[in-house]
Amino acid sequence: MRIAQAVPVLIGVVVISFVLTRALPGDPAVQFAGFAATPQSIEETRVKLGLDKPLPEQFFLYVGQLLQGDLGQSLSTGQPVTTELASRLPASLELTLTALILSCAIAIPLGVLAATRPGSWVDQLCRVLVTAGVSLPTFFTGIVLIYVFYYLLGIAPSPLGRLDFIYLDPPRVTGFFLIDTLLAGDPETWFGALKQLILPATTLALFTLAPIARMTRAAMLSALSADYIRTARAAGLGSAKVLYGYAFRNALLPVVTTLGMVFSFVLGANVLVEKVFAWPGIGSFAVEALVVSDYAAVQGFVLCMAVLFVVLNLIIDLAYSVIDPRFGTDAK
Amino acid sequence: MSITRRQFLGTSAALLGSLPFARAIPALAAPADTLVAVTGQTINSLDLHRVGTNRASYQIAVNCYDRLVSFGTKEAPGGGLSYDYSKLEPELAESWTISPDGLTITFKLKPNATFQDGSKVTASDVKWSFDRAVSVGGFPTTQMQAGGLTRPDQFEAIDDLTFAVKLDKPSKLSLPDLAVPVPFVINSKLAKANATEKDPWAMEYLHKNTIGSGAYKVVRWDAGQQVVYQRYDGWVGGPKPAVKTIIMREVPSSATSRALVERGDVQIAFDIPDKDAAELASKVTVYSTPVENCIHCLCMNSNFAPFQDANVRKAVAYAVPYEAIFKTAAYGRGTELSGGSTEITDTAWPRKIPYSTDLAKAKEYMAKSGFAGGFETTLSIATDLASWMEPAALLIQEAVAQIGIKTTIEKIPGAQWRTASLVEKRLPFHLENFGGWLNTPDYYFFWAYQKGHLFNSSNYYNEEVEKLTNETLHMAMDDPEYAPKIKRMFEIVLDDLPRIPLWQPALNVAVNGADGYEFWFHRMLDVRTLKPAGA
Repeated sequence: MRIAQAVPVLIGVVVISFVLTRALPGDPAVQFAGFAATPQSIEETRVKLGLDKPLPEQFFLYVGQLLQGDLGQSLSTGQPVTTELASRLPASLELTLTALILSCAIAIPLGVLAATRPGSWVDQLCRVLVTAGVSLPTFFTGIVLIYVFYYLLGIAPSPLGRLDFIYLDPPRVTGFFLIDTLLAGDPETWFGALKQLILPATTLALFTLAPIARMTRAAMLSALSADYIRTARAAGLGSAKVLYGYAFRNALLPVVTTLGMVFSFVLGANVLVEKVFAWPGIGSFAVEALVVSDYAAVQGFVLCMAVLFVVLNLIIDLAYSVIDPRFGTDAK
Repeated sequence: MSITRRQFLGTSAALLGSLPFARAIPALAAPADTLVAVTGQTINSLDLHRVGTNRASYQIAVNCYDRLVSFGTKEAPGGGLSYDYSKLEPELAESWTISPDGLTITFKLKPNATFQDGSKVTASDVKWSFDRAVSVGGFPTTQMQAGGLTRPDQFEAIDDLTFAVKLDKPSKLSLPDLAVPVPFVINSKLAKANATEKDPWAMEYLHKNTIGSGAYKVVRWDAGQQVVYQRYDGWVGGPKPAVKTIIMREVPSSATSRALVERGDVQIAFDIPDKDAAELASKVTVYSTPVENCIHCLCMNSNFAPFQDANVRKAVAYAVPYEAIFKTAAYGRGTELSGGSTEITDTAWPRKIPYSTDLAKAKEYMAKSGFAGGFETTLSIATDLASWMEPAALLIQEAVAQIGIKTTIEKIPGAQWRTASLVEKRLPFHLENFGGWLNTPDYYFFWAYQKGHLFNSSNYYNEEVEKLTNETLHMAMDDPEYAPKIKRMFEIVLDDLPRIPLWQPALNVAVNGADGYEFWFHRMLDVRTLKPAGA
């Protein structure tokens, strides 16, 4: 049912991305005809790229290819779009998920602490930490972390991407290096991949601390002031049971929503972190493709993101139904 | 109890988090037979002839393929080594002769030349490769035309080791044009084995594989991340390279590249911004070589009324703050081009222009012009080149405001810039840069001063310049008529001023732990001469 609902969304995305990329100013034929292109060679390039055909014809060709699973060729990187997405999406996902896990590990306990001790020094600390993390731009925090931990102290590895060149890429199963190296039984490379992940994940985590911590705090506060908590306390239940068994579970719903929003935002917006750490992620790929009017790449990226968000919303809905037994039933 | 559980979780998280750092591995030095270089550009194909191949990918053609001839070496201004345009040296061809009428060049190939798969290099491979270069269209074909190489029937494989090029007219540009990255020699047997009906030139195969006779081969290409070169020991095109493996890593952020080269984790940071070059110069070796035949210019489009007035153009030329721009936009890297003498005694190009900042003179010229009250216009720059264009534009804006020209700065991104400035030529007042691969002034004039040619973004047309450029383009530089014509061309354009030369930019390379860097006109890293430091 849910999946059927997603289909018209995807169709809309395909049409809109097609029209929008072509409506943008900027001529890919000029860009890809090379740096000394004459008007004649630009025309040749335009014909080679199939851009001289009328728009409806181009659209049908595109949809035809799409239905066969062919997202076209990316001109800016010279690879098929599917290959690019297949290698870059796991890279970005790995970074984003690691950052989120790290961020949650700090933000949720911090938010809970701040909610149970409102007005105390813990609450103030939470506020300061969180505001500092979100107000500093990611490329700035990234460069500062590189400066301190790599350049000055030398304890972080070279920020050269996902894996230092002395390691070989693990055989590809999921595209997540942390998983693939374990599947291949290669602990050395696992550590190598983990080391490269630490700094960029920390940079992103500092940025995502704010919404998660604040949301946890707010949700916990509202949950803790509810009637059922008063009842539970009056009934003599221990404070741990009250906090985690009842308040936290109820506060989790808005936190999960926020997590979903943060995840979708960070996946695309971590392009700055990708640039600083030379991370071959999907954000920088999309931005570069956009600047040079690489139609196939931009459309492929938009479509991929749309599918991802549909899947993400499904997962969040599932998470809801796990957390909240009332979900899906007619709530009274 | 809840507090201790939380504390437990916190401390264990901290412990786990510090584990990777606990293996305190210091900056790993690369093994002795490996060099690592970083660049900000991305390589998008291993085949220069392919449609859509970007400039950064030309380095593959330079390092993995041979051409018939190459350029020699000389000392570069500013330190280090540079290619020498005046010396042509054998690469794949061991010798060549030019017929008395100058129309046929016959090359004798080196008999021991082999491709990286072991097969011998023959003249038919050269012919196939040259046919490919002139047939694929786009930039490669345009570049071949600069040397008068336009049709496959101009190339003949006389026997296995003899190859002839037949020109329609003799040109001094033909031989040097054979040393540019474009006419590289491909293993045609291997290519044809991987060609198809729809793909007769094996574009798909060469896109992902290097099949030449060059000093290195690409053993690994991770698109968007790195290219790994490995030495081919059977190379005959030059002295055996010292390094077995060279890794070219793509790092988009210049701050990161700088940290890497300073710590010595990478040995070469290629093509770094002027600012980083100026600041790193005291810590590591930095080569800032002025790029030959390349000038950053301020262009005034003659399709727009105010700039059709010669006095307005002169006024602008006297108003531009050349020294301030050189200090702020170029950080002193490159060569300043203002304050030269009006007398032209040689044919060197780029040359110092006979203008310097003189606000009084600028105001005089404005008063003499038809726009004494000033006018408004747009100063356009490219966002991709903002690192030098933006500071220069801001200083120019401030300066011309003092003579009554009010400008708004317009930033044009990526793909639109080339269309607007070079193809449609619709920008009234803008910054431009052109660097010619072949180091002769007539070549620069051909591209930048002749009507309708790509880099003539000012829509400049002067009958005499047209005639003189056509005459000098193919004339030998030691011809007695050459120098006077060139000097006359300089006179005209430095008086007409459709483009005001601002400065000659430099290519900046930071090196820490390597030797043998050589500057080339194609502004790519030629890795064949690199060696570890102190070797």
